[in-house]
Amino acid sequence: MLPTNVLRGVKFLDNNREFLMRRLHSLLGVIPIGLFLTQHLIVNHFATQGVEAFNQAAHFMANLPFVIFLEIFVIYLPLMYHAFYGLYIAFTAKNNPGHYSYMRNILFVAQRYTGIFLVVFIAWHVFETRFQVAIGAAEADFNMMENILSNPFMFAFYVLGVLSATFHLANGLWSFFVTWGITVSEKAQRYSTYFTLLVFIVLSIIGIRALFAFV
Amino acid sequence: MGEAAKTVIFEIERQNSTDESSYWEKFELPYRANMNVISALMEIRRNPVNIEGKKTTPVNWDMNCLEEVCGACSMVINGKARQSCTALVDQLEQPIRLQPMRTFPVVRDLIVDRSRMFDSLKKVKAWVPIDGTHDLGEGPRMPERKRQWAYELSKCMTCGVCLEACPNVNEKSDFIGAAPLSQVRLMNAHPTGAMNRDERLNAIMGEGGLADCGNSQNCVESCPKGIPLTTSIAALNRDVSIQMFRNFFGSDHMVD
Repeated sequence: MLPTNVLRGVKFLDNNREFLMRRLHSLLGVIPIGLFLTQHLIVNHFATQGVEAFNQAAHFMANLPFVIFLEIFVIYLPLMYHAFYGLYIAFTAKNNPGHYSYMRNILFVAQRYTGIFLVVFIAWHVFETRFQVAIGAAEADFNMMENILSNPFMFAFYVLGVLSATFHLANGLWSFFVTWGITVSEKAQRYSTYFTLLVFIVLSIIGIRALFAFV
Repeated sequence: MGEAAKTVIFEIERQNSTDESSYWEKFELPYRANMNVISALMEIRRNPVNIEGKKTTPVNWDMNCLEEVCGACSMVINGKARQSCTALVDQLEQPIRLQPMRTFPVVRDLIVDRSRMFDSLKKVKAWVPIDGTHDLGEGPRMPERKRQWAYELSKCMTCGVCLEACPNVNEKSDFIGAAPLSQVRLMNAHPTGAMNRDERLNAIMGEGGLADCGNSQNCVESCPKGIPLTTSIAALNRDVSIQMFRNFFGSDHMVD
């Protein structure tokens, strides 16, 4: 008797592990990472109201109850999964924006490049801030960021990091809506493009304003 | 007409067999009004002499219907995958560069082996099973308006252009590409085909299935038949989202 999952020597697709991993990747990008990024940029924005306001907000965030568990389950684990699986996704693509220079294809490539850049940026950012605080070498306050951003190269690096993050989130949100079958029609996808463009612009303004407040 | 000596220059990426390396060869042909890439290739076959005046082997290519219905003559023309029968020389920038669709194994010159697409249709059960041990009678009626809608999806000719244009279909990935996925939507829309809907949805949740789509949307931009491939993918994403929960939590609506 022939196996029932084979037709003329061709095996039906099965094993949905990859499917579940992709869906998890898509979900984690928005919840919690997208929400965390939004919250992070908004808290940073206190810097525009002066040293005192920023320090107070940073102090509040750093002293939330169960903060280490919040960090592990809302930030570190989801972010690491999204980053490492994302790298695998990015490196299995064969980008072709030259001959097929359509808007969505260019955004597809940009999503992968910003993703790779963000792995580097976030690793450095965490090392420079949270890790230094953890080993007791620094304190998370206005001065710390002022010192970092007084270097023009670091400032440019942070501007690029913020813009990459807001772009990656906004464009990722667009494909999240497609991946979960929310925006099916061409019209829905077009309006979703306008909406996510707005998300990109608003978050970028919030993020960049905060950076400029430190210099 | 004054320009008696007007010519057309072709640069063709050739390859003698699947395992051999490729090389470029140039050809210069006399221009004729309304010529297309196929008629130019026929001219090269008639007189296989390259631009240096050396006699060479005729260039091999695949073709059948010559009216963009069969999909056999697909190749990469000036960087973009399309059918050579509808590629008019007057509308192409010269020199016209012809390449095989390297997403598929090259058989010789411009001929590729698209078997993987037909295998993919089997992998996702893109057919309507109608066999029984006795006469099953007529199936349920399909509403006319739905038939008209489904007809658009049935125009797929398995030409391979959507796979060639897709950045996620390559040697590093198992992704089956847009064409077979859209056929799952077509078969699921069929009233008899819908009786095996869950089987197809579970198949495209498998390795190399739907989840490998990265939404570059090159497929829908490149499809010569104008099939709404990305709408199909998004619609299947919705179906699969629901199927995923049904599989886990259980449902009395696995088949309906």
